[in-house]
Amino acid sequence: MESIVFYIIALIMVTFAVMSVSSRNIMRSIVYLLFVMIGLSGVYFMLDFSFLGAVQLVVYAGGVIILYITSIMLIEKIGESMDKPKLLQQIIAAVITSLGAGVTLFAIYSYNFNMVADINNITTVEDVGFALLNYGENGYILPFEIISMLLLAAMVGAIVIAKSGKSTNSNELKN
Amino acid sequence: MILELLNQFMPAEVAFYVELVIIAVVYLGVFALLGLFLVWMERRVAGFFQLRLGPNRRGPSGLFQTVADALKLVSKELTATEGRDKFLHGIAPYFVIVAALMALSLIPFSAELQAFDINLGVFFVTAVTSIEVVGIFLAGWASNNKYSLIGGMRSGIQMISYELSIGMTIVTMTVLAGTIQLSEIVEMQRGGWFIWTGHIPAFIGFMVFMIAGTAESNRTPFDLVEAESELGAGFHSEYSGMGFAYFFLAEFVNMFIISAMAVTLFFGGWLLPFEIGADIPFVGAIIFVVKTLSVVFLMMWFRWTFPRLRIDQLLTLEWKYLIPISMVNIVVMAILVWLGLTF
Repeated sequence: MESIVFYIIALIMVTFAVMSVSSRNIMRSIVYLLFVMIGLSGVYFMLDFSFLGAVQLVVYAGGVIILYITSIMLIEKIGESMDKPKLLQQIIAAVITSLGAGVTLFAIYSYNFNMVADINNITTVEDVGFALLNYGENGYILPFEIISMLLLAAMVGAIVIAKSGKSTNSNELKN
Repeated sequence: MILELLNQFMPAEVAFYVELVIIAVVYLGVFALLGLFLVWMERRVAGFFQLRLGPNRRGPSGLFQTVADALKLVSKELTATEGRDKFLHGIAPYFVIVAALMALSLIPFSAELQAFDINLGVFFVTAVTSIEVVGIFLAGWASNNKYSLIGGMRSGIQMISYELSIGMTIVTMTVLAGTIQLSEIVEMQRGGWFIWTGHIPAFIGFMVFMIAGTAESNRTPFDLVEAESELGAGFHSEYSGMGFAYFFLAEFVNMFIISAMAVTLFFGGWLLPFEIGADIPFVGAIIFVVKTLSVVFLMMWFRWTFPRLRIDQLLTLEWKYLIPISMVNIVVMAILVWLGLTF
């Protein structure tokens, strides 16, 4: 039963991934991409990594896709279909993507996956929390802190970029 | 429980799937009835606040009025604008309604009545409801109507902003509870509701949660998404019949979900104070629904009390007041829990 569900999800994901890159309407591509993201979180839930699945939903489906939609709405001609690319571009893209697919498939098939003995070992939120803030062995406090510094730097950078150039009159904004 | 009942007269494997189907059907029914009931309640409460009657003809106290309205909506012809994106226009209501339905499945009605008690709990609710924004964006964009587009954009900005302070408040209460599994959060409140044990930060958290929750479900005074005087009906202007009904139902069910979350986080879920009747099965569900409906009533009260905010006031309220307040609130709560100053 699990494998049936997996194949259904996988089929949906592959179909929508192909549709997402081949669609001529940019808004529809985004929605197809959203389906791929939701499918991926479904796979995580199937694997009982529910934390990762929920993070996938929040970050990708709820965050990144909405960021894409808002930024796409700033582009002109969103509703119209895009032009077909030139033949040379198509060939180059086909070669590069098949190379990428080849590398990925090679990596997957040459890697020796360890079978997890204890399937019922579900990763709970507590485990994730303890691992993130643990400075002992198998603790992730350092990457956690570095990522939070990185995010802070990105936020400060975004504010600096947004503020530079136009110096708006603060009185004007107030009313 | 249903599983045991079914196991008596069918093999275990089949019984499991039959149980899934039964629960799904029950939740769909609850979803529809809840939406209809809340619409009726909204209209009666509106009538009460405006010194008029509201719907009172169909059924006892007009209870069947919304059923008749729903039937009317179902039988209506589907109209749509030219030049809309058919696929996206069609699919947008389903994002909203599926997200609301999934969030509803996590609500702990009582110790026995919770469909999906995942240990992610509150986090999963926020994860699922974050998908809703996509549906509203798409509905606004795909309608090929400038009012819908403006409504959709406003809604997107509003929901993304206010999701932050909801998240912060949930973190505050998680600091107090020490768990994010919904049923465990309720169990932690046996000694006293969190709004009592967490006193000051919990109370501030509750106020922030109610403000942000009202904004999150796009209700007055934050309903500039569908400000009738400016935008027609906002993002669902171009929907008719069932499409409109879906958005409408989802809005009311979202209100219920926000209230149910407030009850779970602050008011002890299915527990009464001093554990009166705490362990009688199914009484909890009644207590929970009554509590939730009182919070819903509070939200309806807001609607007829406050005037609508402008978009800049809305964003100022969130980014300059609510987020700093809730951030400080987390720290205060952490210090209180650390020093053991909670009741």
